[in-house]
Amino acid sequence: MRWFWIDRFTEFKSGSHARAIKNVTLAEEHLHDHLPEFPVMPASLMLEGMAQTGGILLGERNQFAHVVILAKVPRMTFHSWAVPGDTLVYSAKLIEARDEGGMVEVQAHVGERLVADGEIVFAHVDEALGGGAKIDQKNFVFSILRSVMEIGKAGDGAAGSPPA
Amino acid sequence: MPSRDEIFEKVKETLVDALGLDDDEVTATSRLKADLGAESIDFLDIVFRLERNFGIRIPRNELFPESLFTADSGFAENGRVTEKGLAELRLRLPHADPATIDALASDPKVENVEDLFTVNMVVNFLASKLS
Repeated sequence: MRWFWIDRFTEFKSGSHARAIKNVTLAEEHLHDHLPEFPVMPASLMLEGMAQTGGILLGERNQFAHVVILAKVPRMTFHSWAVPGDTLVYSAKLIEARDEGGMVEVQAHVGERLVADGEIVFAHVDEALGGGAKIDQKNFVFSILRSVMEIGKAGDGAAGSPPA
Repeated sequence: MPSRDEIFEKVKETLVDALGLDDDEVTATSRLKADLGAESIDFLDIVFRLERNFGIRIPRNELFPESLFTADSGFAENGRVTEKGLAELRLRLPHADPATIDALASDPKVENVEDLFTVNMVVNFLASKLS
């Protein structure tokens, strides 16, 4: 299991907004315990997916010069749920971006149905540490996550297209 | 320019949203940490919301200075704020309520410094920014 809670970006407008999808499948171990006889995507992992969408949006704006961590969820409301076979669409809009961190508004949908919406605040941990301590970015989950931006692209970096 | 009461109402609204409070919990003299339960990360969220709600830019460290006391600053000794430290606070926090600085001077424990961060301090800061 790798800590990827989005499968692919479907839209990415630098410094503005991003949209990512997460396909929910019964192959995921946790759905068999959450909940027995009623598999639904855990709200906490949907939140993580929205945070990954928004966190990469913020990180990319600064060319990944900062280590971005989820600092606070001031508001998050779950209106519905997602089950195996659903495609969750996470949308994030960047509403603040500055040296110390940033903030996004996020939504999760399945089709037209709103599953969740809220706000997430991120901090730049390098700034929070006052520049005195350095984090090894190679070992940091955020750096690994960036690879999701390449999903669906062709080998030459051009936007990929699905097989005909 | 908005009146002081208008600024206070908007600050109250901002704090209610950022800290998940009820309206009546926020008064002019409430301390952000001790009374309203703010944690360090909340200050970033509060600054974001104030900027949006008031349509202004708040440069880093202007409203809520970070790391006021570094180890070798001479601003604190044995857990107490020194005279030099108090002078620095008056300089860095011109928007702090003078009464709270006087209270700190009479009991200058370092942990009391965060009591300077009151709702009044935020209102003073915005009043001078918006004037």
